Amino acid sequence: MAGKKHKASPKTVSIDEIGFGTAFLSGNIITKLSAVVFGLGNILHKQIIRGLLLLGLEIAYFYYMISIGINSIQNLFTLGTKTQEEVYNETKMIYEYVVGDNSMLCLLYGVITVFITILFIYLLTTSVKSAYSTQILIEKGKKLPAFTDDLFSLKEKNLHKGLLFLPVTGILTFTIIPLVYMILIAFTSYDKDHQPPGNLFDWVGLQNFFSMFKTGGVLANTFWPVLGWTLIWAVFSTFSCYILGLILAMVINREGTHAKGFWRFLFVLSIAVPQFVSLLTMRTIFNTNGPLNVLLRKVDIIGATQSIPFLTDPTFAKITIILINIWIGVPYTMLTFTGILNNIPKDFYEAAKMDGANAVTIFFKITMPYMLFVTTPTLITAFAGNINNFNVIYLLTGGGPESIDFYYAGKTDLLVTWLYKLTIVNKDYNLGAVVGIIVFVILATLSLITYRSTGSYKDEEAFQ
Amino acid sequence: MDKTIKRPGLSRRRITNVFVHIGLAVVGFVWILPIAFVMLTSLRAEGGTYKSYILPRGYTLDNFKNLFNQSGSLVFTKWFVNTLLVATASCILSAFFVLCVAYVMSRLRFKMRKKMMNIALILGMFPGFMSMIAVYYILKGFGMLEVGQLKLIALVLVYSGGSGLGFYIAKGFFDTIPKTIDEAAYIDGATKWDVFRRITIPLSKPIIVNTLITAFMAPWIDYIFAKVILGQDRDYFTVAIGLWTMLEKEFAEYYYTTFFAGCVIISIPIAVLFLFTQKFYAEGVSGAVKG
Repeated sequence: MAGKKHKASPKTVSIDEIGFGTAFLSGNIITKLSAVVFGLGNILHKQIIRGLLLLGLEIAYFYYMISIGINSIQNLFTLGTKTQEEVYNETKMIYEYVVGDNSMLCLLYGVITVFITILFIYLLTTSVKSAYSTQILIEKGKKLPAFTDDLFSLKEKNLHKGLLFLPVTGILTFTIIPLVYMILIAFTSYDKDHQPPGNLFDWVGLQNFFSMFKTGGVLANTFWPVLGWTLIWAVFSTFSCYILGLILAMVINREGTHAKGFWRFLFVLSIAVPQFVSLLTMRTIFNTNGPLNVLLRKVDIIGATQSIPFLTDPTFAKITIILINIWIGVPYTMLTFTGILNNIPKDFYEAAKMDGANAVTIFFKITMPYMLFVTTPTLITAFAGNINNFNVIYLLTGGGPESIDFYYAGKTDLLVTWLYKLTIVNKDYNLGAVVGIIVFVILATLSLITYRSTGSYKDEEAFQ
Repeated sequence: MDKTIKRPGLSRRRITNVFVHIGLAVVGFVWILPIAFVMLTSLRAEGGTYKSYILPRGYTLDNFKNLFNQSGSLVFTKWFVNTLLVATASCILSAFFVLCVAYVMSRLRFKMRKKMMNIALILGMFPGFMSMIAVYYILKGFGMLEVGQLKLIALVLVYSGGSGLGFYIAKGFFDTIPKTIDEAAYIDGATKWDVFRRITIPLSKPIIVNTLITAFMAPWIDYIFAKVILGQDRDYFTVAIGLWTMLEKEFAEYYYTTFFAGCVIISIPIAVLFLFTQKFYAEGVSGAVKG
């Protein structure tokens, strides 16, 4: 509503509402010159501080470009040309290292420079638009906003800029730039044989993707089974928790159950324990000599020296992991469902009872459809979360048991844990980046299909 | 006639009830067992890892004492303080970021809004630590990975830097605050900033608490980011890496029971926080104004 109101009564010409094109084309000579000398239009019309800020940022950019920037853009294309060398120093009688280019830093600084340049272009459009709006105000004979007015507009019209500045800077530095960097790595030869600073790596195009999918190659032989297990894991872990959590919530919520709070508390307690504690505990419990095997020996299910390889046999490990995940996940889903169950309108049930529906019919005709309707987004998020579920696998089995058929992956490795092993352990950054991109593609496809069709995305203002 | 029909119905219901309670007790027992195991092992008098029996033969509090005795290379107190500092700083920063972004996306209308929300959605689909190598080198470039204290600050930045992306729940909450309240304030001459500070924020206690707690718990639980950023210097570990170290092969035999004592020590405050804020969590998810 507030937004609409704003559009209906434009009091001043807002900078945001003029496009850069119109501003530049229909602006006078000063406005046009503001594209070269930032802030010119403002400085000439006594908006000194605003103009100087723009100009200062422009000078800073050019200083940066001349001192480092241009060089880093060049390096972004070549990724460094000078390899580190050993040179014999005759006076000292030893071999010395001559520092070469570091491809990794070349790429990183290149990406950062590109982002700084994008900001510079944004600044350029700001400068022109700002000059143009000043020009318009003068032509109309209106009072120009002073710098204090500009500051005040951050509380009102431009509040979004004020509030978003810091968070977006954070996201840019800690999410977007690193991500772009890692995506670019997927197209280079940055593997364990090309480690800076000793060696250079270079652009290789789509080669890493080809080798990942090449039939018969060791990478493809690892990739497909790992992908298969990732999907199986995601399906089983998501739906087991979903269904069992629903049943648990309904059993606790049903009329005849006493001490509802107590039962809920019992299950919620396991959420309250930090996950890595419960996972490491589970790992000990299911260990070959862990308490569970001891218990099985005591009750003579297995022999005194035997043990069940809960986490060391591939098939057992997979089942155990899914079971442990049920222990971890069911309380969460139970909590969510308890909230939703209480929200189902009571008249639905009363009407159904009047018509003589039994419990089973009520469940399948009312509870289940309502639940599915409300929880589909949660279900998708949970599924995506499970595809990316690093902790459970890493802390329980570490991806093991190891397999010699695989390229640095174990039998229970998910794509994400494999990514971890490829990058952190094995230093094949390019392959890790390829796996990361594949995970992204899977999740993006999945989310695109579902988010678009959920109500909360389409009419987010339904309740405002 | 009525009675004869009702009676089997009643007793059948009673039988179902009994079965339900027995079932719940059994399942609940399974859920409690691992927690009980942690407790028992933390109190176990005999050291060493795996035993051929289940219940400890003797009980002691020495494991807890050992934990706080700064002996050897395992300095739990320091880890605890480190984690507490990192958690406090990053939860304040994260909550600030999340609330700012959520409010902007929920209440303000501007050109890039929809685009930004889509970008946030897309960014959330990349595996979280895919970007970690780059983050590591960016921080190293800033010279933040050389001194221990700076490493902790770096860790705070890693936890909270991108947190603005997680604005969806808070935005959903802000969406439920009726706009008529805002409009009434605008009529009284309030700026948008006033509305954010004086109206929206005070109405949003549940979601603020929820955001704070979620962000506060992350450093206690995270293993992977801390591992990469903090490196090998044991003085600047967080609790999670420290405890993990105790289970490494060279330490496990000696520190096994101490490890569980450590688990109990950090689980208690987190459990209390969690249970205490359950109420806020439920309110935060279900919206500001009850229908």
